[in-house]
Amino acid sequence: MLLVLRGGRVIDPSRGVDEVTDVIIRNGHIQYIGPFSPPTNGSSLLVNRGQKEVPNSFPSQETTNIKFYDCAGLVITPGFIDMHVHLREPGFEHKETIATGTEAAAAGGFTTIVATPNTKPAVDNRAVVEYVLERGRAALVNVLTTGAATKCNEGAEMAEIGDMVEAGAVAISDDAFPLQSADLMRRVMEYAKMFNIPVLAHCEDKSMTRDAVMNEGVTCTVLGLRPWPRQAEEIMIWRNILLADLTGCALHVQHVTTAGGVEAIKWAKSRGIRVTCETCPQYFSLTDDALTSFDTNAKCNPPLRTQADVDAIKAGLADGTIDVIATDHAPHAREDKEVEMQEAAFGMVGLETALSLVITNLVKSGVLSIGEAIEKMTAAPARVLGLSSGALIEGGSADITVIDPEANVTIRSSEFKSLGRNTPFEGFELAGRVVATIVAGEVVSGELRCGELMMEKK
Amino acid sequence: MSVTRVMDEEEIRRALIRIAHEIIERNKGAQNLVVIGVQSRGVPMAKRLAKLISEIEGVEVPMGSLNVALYRDDFATRSARTISASDIPFDVTNKTVILVDEVLFTGRTTRAALDAIMDLGRPAVIQLAVLVDRGHRELPIRADYVGKNLPTSKKERVDVHWVETKGEDAVMIAK
Amino acid sequence: MQLKRKDILGLQDMTAEEIGLILDTAESYKEILSRPVKKVPILRGKSICTLFYENSTRTRCSFELAAKIMSADTTSVSVSGSSIQKGESFKDTLLTLEAMGMDLFVIRHSASGAPHFAARVVKSGVVNAGDGMHEHPTQGLLDMLTIRENKGRIEGLKVLIVGDIMHSRVARSNLWGLSKMGAEVRICGPATLLPVGVDKLPVKTYTDLDEAIDGVDVVNVLRIQLERMDRGFFPSIREYSKFYGVSKTRLKRAKPDVLVMHPGPMNRGIEITPEVADGEFAVITDQVTNGVAVRMALLYLLLGGGGSVVSA
Repeated sequence: MLLVLRGGRVIDPSRGVDEVTDVIIRNGHIQYIGPFSPPTNGSSLLVNRGQKEVPNSFPSQETTNIKFYDCAGLVITPGFIDMHVHLREPGFEHKETIATGTEAAAAGGFTTIVATPNTKPAVDNRAVVEYVLERGRAALVNVLTTGAATKCNEGAEMAEIGDMVEAGAVAISDDAFPLQSADLMRRVMEYAKMFNIPVLAHCEDKSMTRDAVMNEGVTCTVLGLRPWPRQAEEIMIWRNILLADLTGCALHVQHVTTAGGVEAIKWAKSRGIRVTCETCPQYFSLTDDALTSFDTNAKCNPPLRTQADVDAIKAGLADGTIDVIATDHAPHAREDKEVEMQEAAFGMVGLETALSLVITNLVKSGVLSIGEAIEKMTAAPARVLGLSSGALIEGGSADITVIDPEANVTIRSSEFKSLGRNTPFEGFELAGRVVATIVAGEVVSGELRCGELMMEKK
Repeated sequence: MSVTRVMDEEEIRRALIRIAHEIIERNKGAQNLVVIGVQSRGVPMAKRLAKLISEIEGVEVPMGSLNVALYRDDFATRSARTISASDIPFDVTNKTVILVDEVLFTGRTTRAALDAIMDLGRPAVIQLAVLVDRGHRELPIRADYVGKNLPTSKKERVDVHWVETKGEDAVMIAK
Repeated sequence: MQLKRKDILGLQDMTAEEIGLILDTAESYKEILSRPVKKVPILRGKSICTLFYENSTRTRCSFELAAKIMSADTTSVSVSGSSIQKGESFKDTLLTLEAMGMDLFVIRHSASGAPHFAARVVKSGVVNAGDGMHEHPTQGLLDMLTIRENKGRIEGLKVLIVGDIMHSRVARSNLWGLSKMGAEVRICGPATLLPVGVDKLPVKTYTDLDEAIDGVDVVNVLRIQLERMDRGFFPSIREYSKFYGVSKTRLKRAKPDVLVMHPGPMNRGIEITPEVADGEFAVITDQVTNGVAVRMALLYLLLGGGGSVVSA
């Protein structure tokens, strides 16, 4: 069986490809990228690549059945990679499971997701890493995991980082449990560097965010909610940058939300310090005004900031300071959110709204070209984590996302595959839709218009 | 909508003078009288009656106004609205209270007024004076003093105009 | 005019006309409070639930008295600590009480926005009796009624709110209400207790009390929560009192007929000296009386046919 994605606009930022052509998939791998001509005489199958004709290498028994997917008007990209997903399993399966989280990922166009280690038990040793990866193998998309920086995420003793890396952990993270001790963070970085993996840092000085609910500022003051000052994030970004400079470890700053944070990272990059960073769609789509109605779905950590920050985040994305767009997909059960604001859990689901928010708020508004936007969801996270995916490479796994940037969508949480319904974007009318998600040559989500061509047997 | 004038200024004046005399006659003077107008429409008439009685008898007749909003029985269907507070600058206990309203219709406002007065003290007697009795009572209430009995249909509206508020004294029926 | 809303959640989203209506209504009800028989039948058959997640004897008493004077039935529910600790969620508590037939909820909660959440959960009306650091609209209204009664107006007056602005719902409700009614609102407190961004609200901000009090018509003194010291908002009671205590000497800089208010309960000798608290300018007991009248007015306006809880 051959799969042919016909006539789509193929964008692969990793190789600077942006052309209308065909993608031919065989046995779960990308066979060719180029114009595809079906055989006319039934004797041989030729694939026309640019000027030269390349003889096909398909054994005859495989040429009996070719499935064409009509991709005219659609964009074909490498499968998206989300390096920041709370899958909640093990321990919080009422919020999300690896099965439902990966279904949501597939629906959102993600072919690879990286799980956070804040589960119960925490992903802080080989056994839990193996558990997550094992469960992930049965899932719709590729599941990778990070390992916790410290045992039980307690911020006290370093976890068995080396053993976890050997078991397959792709990075170390203190997400949700930011390391308060600078000394411990220094040791974690020094140690992680030996294994050539980045440290993904949740930057928050907890002494400044006690009971904090939302961004400190006029909206917070009016609502009488506990303030989460931007400096709590920026102080920790600066600290971690200095430690990355000290240790030489690759630092990846998670969910950057403030203008000052972007500036810090820009400075670090200009000094040649090994730092990368991500932001999430909510931080360039919403401001802290979203909490005015006391909507707990808009409560997240770090909190939504101001318009000036949104503008700075967009500028940081445009000038390359911000490398990656991740979702920080944080599903919660209804009862975690249908409570008083100060009791409500932090976080929002993101996998199934990410693309539409990127297209609407970054591409349509001219902040990024579609290629630049896709780069931040494919090649960039692959580069940060040292993955071979995130590109359309002949011979590589056929992890592909097909999108329609022109389609209009209305966000309906009731249609989410995720168990979490906690989105502040309910009812938003956005542009950009994931048409299909292909993992290892299988359409795992969505539908493509297909036409099948039966070939005569030789 | 057609409007018919059923009482003019002269007729109202004569009716009030007659009622003042009837009150004095029935109560053998004005020594123990107080006059209370039901807000807001009964207040101009109460003021005039109090003045007439005072002039005839040569004694000061205290006058007050009563807000019955908090005693109404149609609160669930009528919208809540504010009117001014009751202004009763005297004790009603053991007094002869002349309760004054312009139009007696279902009797429900009078019922509310009776309850409101009872909460202020224990009068010796309460008597009711109205300018117009238009019938259609829904409660066992009758007026002691009536300016004019006016047979009406339930659909008609009776409007009393006072110089103080509308620039003329008149009673109109609108249908 | 009538009140066309199901809930009273804060003064920020109310118009000057609505506030005026409530104050006028409250003023007319003060007469009832001076009667020998303090009872009117208007809210007979209405069930009002005071649901308090935070202790407040004074506010609860005031609401319950207001309801009882209007002949409503009151049910008081106290939940100590957060609802989560108790095991039943706030939502379930609300739905349970509503199913028992409550027509109106009066809610006090330590979480800002809890009454807003409640208003979305139940069809009955909700009155915010103080939510976290957000708003305390009935306190704002009773303070305004007290000012209007004593000064004959609110417009054009200079009103100073002094103390822990950051954690104060009273300050927030007052500044919204007063500024809507045309007063000049000043706030004063140590920089640690002035919330970030407050300068963008319709207030003048001061840290020097002597400067702030200059020429004001009203001083509203906030209670200082002694536990704030533990989190480093100010160094000591002694120092707070020295810089922010309202004393007779300081009051000399205000207008000669200045009013001194305090939402209670007072820390005598800390934020206010006893001479001032008991002095000729203090109208602190008027505030308490007006609190009952304001709450009567709100109950009447919210439960009336036009502002009916069912049709809203």
